[in-house]
Amino acid sequence: MRRRVSDNTLWFWVFVGPFAAGLALFTYVPLLWSVYLSFFDAHNTVSPTDFVGFGNYTAMLRDGAFTSSLGTFAVFSLFIVPATYALSLGLALMVHRVRRFQAFFRSVFFLPAACSYVVAALIWKMSLFSGVRFGLVNTVLGWFGVEQTAWLSTTHPPWYWLVIVTVRLWLQAGFYMVLFLAGLQRISPRLYEAAAVDGARPGWQVFRYITFPQLRATSVAVVLLLVINAFQAFDEFYNLLSDARGYPPYARPPLVYLYYTALGQGQNLGMGSAGAVILALIIAVVTVFQARWFGLGRKEAD
Amino acid sequence: MTISRRTLLGSGAALGLLTACGSNTGRGKDGSTGGKVALGHWYHQYGEPGTEDAVRRYAAAYDRAKVNVQWRPGNYDQQTAAALLTDAGPDVFEVNGPTLDQIQGGQVVDLTSLLDGVKDDFNPAVLAPKTYDGRIWGVPQVVDTQFLYYRKSLLAAAGVRPPATLDQLVDAARALTRDRVKGLFLGNDGGAGVLGGTPLYAAGLSLVTADGAVGFDDPAAARTLGKLHQLYADKSLLLGAPSDWSDPAAFTQGLTAMQWSGLWALPAVLKALGDDFGVLPFPKDGPGGRPSVPVGAYAAAVSARSKHQAEAKAYVKWLWVERADFQEDFALSYGFHIPARLSLARRAAKLREGAAADVVSFVTDHGYAQPLLWTPALQTAYQDALNRIIKDGASADSELRAVVRRAKDELQRVKKH
Repeated sequence: MRRRVSDNTLWFWVFVGPFAAGLALFTYVPLLWSVYLSFFDAHNTVSPTDFVGFGNYTAMLRDGAFTSSLGTFAVFSLFIVPATYALSLGLALMVHRVRRFQAFFRSVFFLPAACSYVVAALIWKMSLFSGVRFGLVNTVLGWFGVEQTAWLSTTHPPWYWLVIVTVRLWLQAGFYMVLFLAGLQRISPRLYEAAAVDGARPGWQVFRYITFPQLRATSVAVVLLLVINAFQAFDEFYNLLSDARGYPPYARPPLVYLYYTALGQGQNLGMGSAGAVILALIIAVVTVFQARWFGLGRKEAD
Repeated sequence: MTISRRTLLGSGAALGLLTACGSNTGRGKDGSTGGKVALGHWYHQYGEPGTEDAVRRYAAAYDRAKVNVQWRPGNYDQQTAAALLTDAGPDVFEVNGPTLDQIQGGQVVDLTSLLDGVKDDFNPAVLAPKTYDGRIWGVPQVVDTQFLYYRKSLLAAAGVRPPATLDQLVDAARALTRDRVKGLFLGNDGGAGVLGGTPLYAAGLSLVTADGAVGFDDPAAARTLGKLHQLYADKSLLLGAPSDWSDPAAFTQGLTAMQWSGLWALPAVLKALGDDFGVLPFPKDGPGGRPSVPVGAYAAAVSARSKHQAEAKAYVKWLWVERADFQEDFALSYGFHIPARLSLARRAAKLREGAAADVVSFVTDHGYAQPLLWTPALQTAYQDALNRIIKDGASADSELRAVVRRAKDELQRVKKH
């Protein structure tokens, strides 16, 4: 019996150990190291000696480019969170109602989620929204006599948002649709029967008073995930807008700016870490606030 | 003995963990092979075919050490910057620098002694940014430059003469813009990235003065940069082209009548257009102006983390100082660069005729190299401002004032060291 216990401990560590070690080594150590670096003047070094206290933090908060990148993020999430939410919910409602070929439609809409952000960004940049006359969108608009537009280079009006938002919408709507579908399938049919008996009109009224409230927990999770994903936006921005000489000052989310500060030729690891810590704090505060506000973890329709 | 499924899984996981810890640093296991020291030498990926084979051939010809060449595609500056923080980096590496922070951070080794006696044979314009505190921190390999390509036939058809001033360039670009052809291509971002300090030098100013002060704290700077917005506002600029300014495709395919690009593009332009093109420096602006072209050089540097610094320095000296035949081959046989050695540049027959000869004279007469004190942080701040001036029509005056303020702080910081 004793042998059994020690065996279990051994096997626990055999299975958990590598992952725990990996997590510590590749996540927690760098994380803490980054916090440590943020208090030093760390140009081109990860073992700095020049302690500057909160100097990097104040410099970062005074840096107009960094604060405007936070603004960029806010604008981006204002676009992308409601748009993805509405689109994926709409898709889920439609697919849910389809009687035949449901598996087919589900797969078709889910498929883009399997595509890499980099690949999709390049397709959007090079073939759909290419600025010259042979880009797909410009070709189609050209049939109607519309002048060619440089989608990613025009700042008035900011057409680049159209490219950035559509690529992410296409990539992630299918994934959230699946989450909503799972939520829809858990709603008891009896509720709809009761609603019908009580005289609720099918369509908007049923959606407003039965479906939508019943999806509360799913909605909260989806919005939370969408906001965090928006915070982490990097791939499509970088691949759509960067060039050999850097990145334009518009549509520059915090991670892209920090990437250039800390990991570009600048290698200002102290400032970069300070920015990363600020960003992490903002994400933490927003998430906690959101979770309390929406009551994350409460049961459906509590 | 029977092996249970669990034992098998357990040992498999352990083995996987062990093998995952290998790494390839480009050096031998213990830093030496067959009695000879092993050196890792990194290059960024050159686009021209044959270059990789050539550098491997040079390395193989060195008999005092075993040199492992690593040819690194992707974002080279970031790869080297990260590798220099660890022991897994290269011994010798080429760098578009070294940057001031790399020098001040003690990441690269002083190479002054390598150039004893031949220092004057290196192009002074590109040697200057490799020099800090009177010491030399990188050996220039080849000189590269950028300038304006223009299509002679399109200019003739529009009745436009090759522009000699910035105002003429703005007018020419407008006149050359037709239904399907734009007047000028300065990169997909509208020019902020590739032009950098070039317009300032064309206005007779500079990024950083010789004594380390801000070089564009002058009303002329705002006047000149403001004219670049005119190009954008006139819709004379090609934007959103499939390949960026460094590739001559937009020019050779007739998407634009003029394009800013590099010397490396010359063979491709020559092949596509024959003699239907000419080259120009960035035109001067204002009374104190003079034409300008940027010059730069990749340099060979030695990492301070190398365990074989003496051997690495000896190898750099052998390749980039002594072996003139290899330097000439590297500069002229594959891509198209100007040798960093003045004696080789004078000898090169390919550089004595046609557009190439014009370019060499631009470099000699109008070339400026980005000062070492112009740090990446300043580059970002300035490029952001220029971008807003060109595309948003932001006031050049107030944008530049902010950059000047930032530049004063940053120059103060780097001079503290």
